[in-house]
Amino acid sequence: MSETVVSSATREVVIGGERPFVMIGERINPTGRPRLAAEMTAGDFSTVERDALAQVEAGAQMLDVNAGVPLADEPALLARTVELVQSLVDVPLSIDSSVVAALEAGLRVYRGKALVNSVTGEEERLESVLPLVRKYGAAVIAICNDETGISEDPEVRFQVARKIVERAADHGIPRADVVVDPLVMPAGAVERAGATVFRLLRRLREELGVNTTCGASNISFGLPNRRGLNAHFLSMAIASGLTSAIMNPLHEPERQAVLAADVLMGRDPHCRGWLARYREPGSLEQGAGRRERRRRRQAG
Amino acid sequence: MSGEQEDIDLRELDDPELVKQIQDDLYDGLEAEVREGVEILLERGWEPYRILTDALVEGMRIVGVDFRDGILFVPEVLLSANAMKAGMAILRPLLAETGAPTIGKVVIGTVKGDIHDIGKNLVAMMLEGAGFEVVDIGINCDVDAYLRALEEHQPDILGMSALLTTTMPYMKTVIEALHKHGIRERHIVLVGGAPLNEAFAEAIGADAYCRDAAVAVETAKALIARRHNQLAGAGA
Repeated sequence: MSETVVSSATREVVIGGERPFVMIGERINPTGRPRLAAEMTAGDFSTVERDALAQVEAGAQMLDVNAGVPLADEPALLARTVELVQSLVDVPLSIDSSVVAALEAGLRVYRGKALVNSVTGEEERLESVLPLVRKYGAAVIAICNDETGISEDPEVRFQVARKIVERAADHGIPRADVVVDPLVMPAGAVERAGATVFRLLRRLREELGVNTTCGASNISFGLPNRRGLNAHFLSMAIASGLTSAIMNPLHEPERQAVLAADVLMGRDPHCRGWLARYREPGSLEQGAGRRERRRRRQAG
Repeated sequence: MSGEQEDIDLRELDDPELVKQIQDDLYDGLEAEVREGVEILLERGWEPYRILTDALVEGMRIVGVDFRDGILFVPEVLLSANAMKAGMAILRPLLAETGAPTIGKVVIGTVKGDIHDIGKNLVAMMLEGAGFEVVDIGINCDVDAYLRALEEHQPDILGMSALLTTTMPYMKTVIEALHKHGIRERHIVLVGGAPLNEAFAEAIGADAYCRDAAVAVETAKALIARRHNQLAGAGA
C-alpha cells in the first residue's frame, strides 16, 4: 500500500503502508462551535491552545485546523491559527478550508509538509487547489464529489476519486500524496451510507492504491449513542482499508476502536500502543520490576 | 512507557549496577543490550553460572512476578524471554564447558490432537529463564513421543499442555503409559492449559496443575526441592 508522508518542522507521520491508523484531531474548527468562533474572531486562542494540547495528549498523530468563521478574514485567521498550533505541538497539520485564499495563507506560514483539506472533483476546485498543493509540496485530501453533487452510487464516487488522482498526476502530484475521502453520509438518513463507504474503501485500496480518510462522526448524525456507532463504524472501515480519519481522539470509544484495530490488523508491534493505554495505571511502578526509571530504548 | 530515555554506557557501570541494568533490560525486552551486558560481565571475569543466576534468572524472576500480578502481559514476556534467550545463547556453551549445575531438566509438549503452543512455549521459556534445562518436543505429541523423549533426556519433570476439553483426557493416557512402563515415579508430572483445573490434575494422577507460566516455574522449583529433600532423607 502507498505511504503518504506528512511532516511538521520536526516530526514525520506516515499514513498507510501498514503503519498504525492516523487519528487527525477534528476539534480546532469553529463550525458549529459558536463560542469558539466568537473567541477566534476576537483574537482569543485559549480554546484552540487547549484543544491542540489535549488532542495530541490523547494520541492524535495529526491535527486538522479550520478557521471558517463567517464574515471573518479567513486567510489571516487560518494563517494565525496554523502558526499558533505549530508553536504548541509538533504534529503535522491538515489545513482545512473551502476558501482557496485561506488554504494558501495557511500553506505559506506552515513549516513542514502539510495535508491540504481539501480538493473535490469540481473543475474549478481542481484547477485552483492542485497548483497550490504542487507549489507548496503538500499532500491533499480528495473528496469524492463533483459539480453534480454527492452521488449515492459508489461507482460514480469511485470515478470522481480516479479523476482527481489523475488530475493530480497531471499537476505533478504523486498518487501517494492524494488521500481520498469517500464521503461519509449519515446512516440515519441514507440507509446504505456505511455499506457504500466500506465498498468504496476496498476499491480505493485495491484499484487506486491510495490512502483514505473521512469525517467519521458524520455516520452517526441524528442518532443516539453516536460514539458507539462511530467506534464500530471505524472498526469496520479500517478493516475495509481506511488508513486515517478526522475524528475526536478525546472520545474513548472511538479511540479504543482505533487502538483495537491497530492490534487486530497487526499494526501495533508487540501491542505496545494497546498496553500503554490499557495497562492498570501506575501498576508498572508498583511491580517487582519497579525502579528509579533508568529505562531507555524500547525493544523493536 | 516513559518517553524519557537516556542512553546508558554499560561499560561505565560497576558490577552491581551492571547486573541491575541487565535485569532492567531483560524486563524491557532489550535483546542487544542483554547480550552486551552478558559479554561485559564475561570480560570482567565473571563465572558464566554466576551471570546466569544473578543477572538472567533473577531478571526473569522479576518478569515472572509482574506477569503473574497482571502488570506485564504476554507480548512483553515474549520479548523478555527472547532477550533471555540471547543471553543464554552466549552462556550455554560456556556453562557446558564448566559443567555448571542446572536446577533441573524438563521435557515439555502439547498432547496429541492439540496444536496450541503459545502457552506451552511461554512456560518453556520461563522455565529456561529460571535456570531449567528445557527440551520442548512441540505439539501433537502422542504417548510414544513422550516416552521417547523421557528415555532420551531423563528429565526431572514432564510438562504436558492441552487447550481443548477434547484433548486434555490424553494426559491421563500418557500418565497411565508411564505407570505401565514403571517410570511414573522417575518424573514429576506437571500439567497446564486453559480448560484444566486442580481437580482434573488430581484425578488423572499428575503431580500438580499450573495455572500460568509463573506458577509453573514456582511449582517446578518447589517440587524439585521437595524431591531433593526426600532423596537426601532416604539416603541418610
